[in-house]
Amino acid sequence: MAKGVKPRVKVPKTVAAGDVITIKTLISHPMESGQRKDKEGNVIPRSIINRFTCDFNGTNVLDVKLDPAVSTNPYFQFEARVPEAGEVRFTWYDDDGSVYETRKSIAIA
Amino acid sequence: MELTRRQWMMLGAGAVAAAGLAPTGVLAKRMDEALSSFTGGAAVADGGVELSAPEIAENGNTVPISVSAPGAVAIAVFAEGNPEAEVATFKFGELAASQAASTRIRLAKTQNVVAVAQMADGSFARTARVVKVTIGGCGG
Repeated sequence: MAKGVKPRVKVPKTVAAGDVITIKTLISHPMESGQRKDKEGNVIPRSIINRFTCDFNGTNVLDVKLDPAVSTNPYFQFEARVPEAGEVRFTWYDDDGSVYETRKSIAIA
Repeated sequence: MELTRRQWMMLGAGAVAAAGLAPTGVLAKRMDEALSSFTGGAAVADGGVELSAPEIAENGNTVPISVSAPGAVAIAVFAEGNPEAEVATFKFGELAASQAASTRIRLAKTQNVVAVAQMADGSFARTARVVKVTIGGCGG
């Protein structure tokens, strides 16, 4: 597991039913590309987050496949429709098999 | 056959030129492979996708981009000049309010960034944008 991985997401707490919200996510992760070399000239092995998903009450909003060309601390911004009160689940899948998850609940105002 | 000095020089120059050309050829091939693995070899029309990226990126390590393609089910982003052309593939689910997303990517050098969208009817559309990179983002 990569060190210091910390997911951060920005989701409004209350919305009107059917509203469109903007979601911003950031996870601190080195995203080692597998292209860099250390001082001895050995290739540093690839270690990235290769998939990110966002679901609302079990329905998919966004599913992203990441390649090494995504920057350190992968950031995503996108829009979701919120038909009802519920929970947004964010999941990041690491190359090493770790899965990082965050949930945020949204209430209807 | 004896080679004269002049012929030797020509041979050398030819070899240097070939070596200089090879990398771009390899990269273009990689780009084609990456593209066809996404489209399955289908024809790709121009336009229909919005790709916004800075004209000049001082730091190739984090170049902000955003893609948008109304009616798309998926958008793939490629960087032609990177060691690996694939950058990211966005698949939009039922609750996606718009077929748009922003992220930050790495670019090794000045190059074309290409966004390819897969539309709901199975057709593909693409847009390319040149980004000038001052400091490359792939490390030594």
